[in-house]
Amino acid sequence: MRRFLLFLPLLIALVLGVVLFAGIGKDPTKLESALIGKPVPEFALQDLHDANRQVDQSLFRGKVQLLNVWGTWCPACRDEHDDLIWLAREKGVSIVGLNYKDSRDDALTWLNRLGDPYSASIYDPKGTLGFDLGVYGAPETFVIDASGVVRYRHVGVVDKTVWNDVLLPVINEARGNG
Amino acid sequence: MRGILLSFVVMLLSSITVANASEVYQFESHQEEQRFQDLTSELRCPKCQNQNIADSNSPISKDMRAEVYRMMEAGASDAEIVDALVARFGEFVRYKPQVEQRTILLWATPAIAVLGGLLVVAGVVIRSRRRGTEAPALTAEEKARADKILAELDRNRNA
Repeated sequence: MRRFLLFLPLLIALVLGVVLFAGIGKDPTKLESALIGKPVPEFALQDLHDANRQVDQSLFRGKVQLLNVWGTWCPACRDEHDDLIWLAREKGVSIVGLNYKDSRDDALTWLNRLGDPYSASIYDPKGTLGFDLGVYGAPETFVIDASGVVRYRHVGVVDKTVWNDVLLPVINEARGNG
Repeated sequence: MRGILLSFVVMLLSSITVANASEVYQFESHQEEQRFQDLTSELRCPKCQNQNIADSNSPISKDMRAEVYRMMEAGASDAEIVDALVARFGEFVRYKPQVEQRTILLWATPAIAVLGGLLVVAGVVIRSRRRGTEAPALTAEEKARADKILAELDRNRNA
């Protein structure tokens, strides 16, 4: 018994070490989305390109798509834009854009100048849909399956590595099951 | 010294007014205002490392404050308001997480630590009591050895 007590501090240190080590390398700013497994929230917003057209959650029916939250005020969104175009054109991925807390003029100028990777664009100047999606920054990218259910959320820039290592496996699974 | 202290206080106060400068919420009563204060201070800003939405200047905290106010005006209960925000931003926004499988260790740790401490104290007490009663008894062999040593000491002293 006394022998065992001697080793107790070592045991405690080991357990603590394992627990703390598991936390190393985790980005504390990346939170799990509360929406995973739930349908995209209901919304009724204007189309970015056409103020007279209303769009709603039916945009997310029928095929697996990405939902990309962006704004012209967000420098990281500029970083990922070329990769989004690559995804849309080379990989044939359908991406719905959510223009978040932005001005329509700025957004359209941006898309005209840099190219438009989006199959549809939602205009969300007040960030209401973004709020319902639990968006707390940009860029954020969601994987939405064919029945409109959120499968995954990626916080931060999408690039080729993120696509290959993170998004593609989720999309393949969503395609298989959805 | 007093000058430094004063400027520090002024700095603190000014930061508080900045945080609330852009929004002015109207409340019907002081209780409602207090309720808003309590709710916003027990919700964590998802963008910040560790700040409640009452103190944070980030845009998302501003949106969350607006939502808390909107729901209060609509007559929602405190639980409904917190649940609505948890549904969007996850359990993270709660400073006091609910007791569930994932958080049970978090809740149980203080009790486990206290229990462990009590066990150690109990162990020490029991052992010292036992030693207190057993220590005087010497075995016959030990007694013989002690007598021998004492006798030797006596002899040396007399010599």
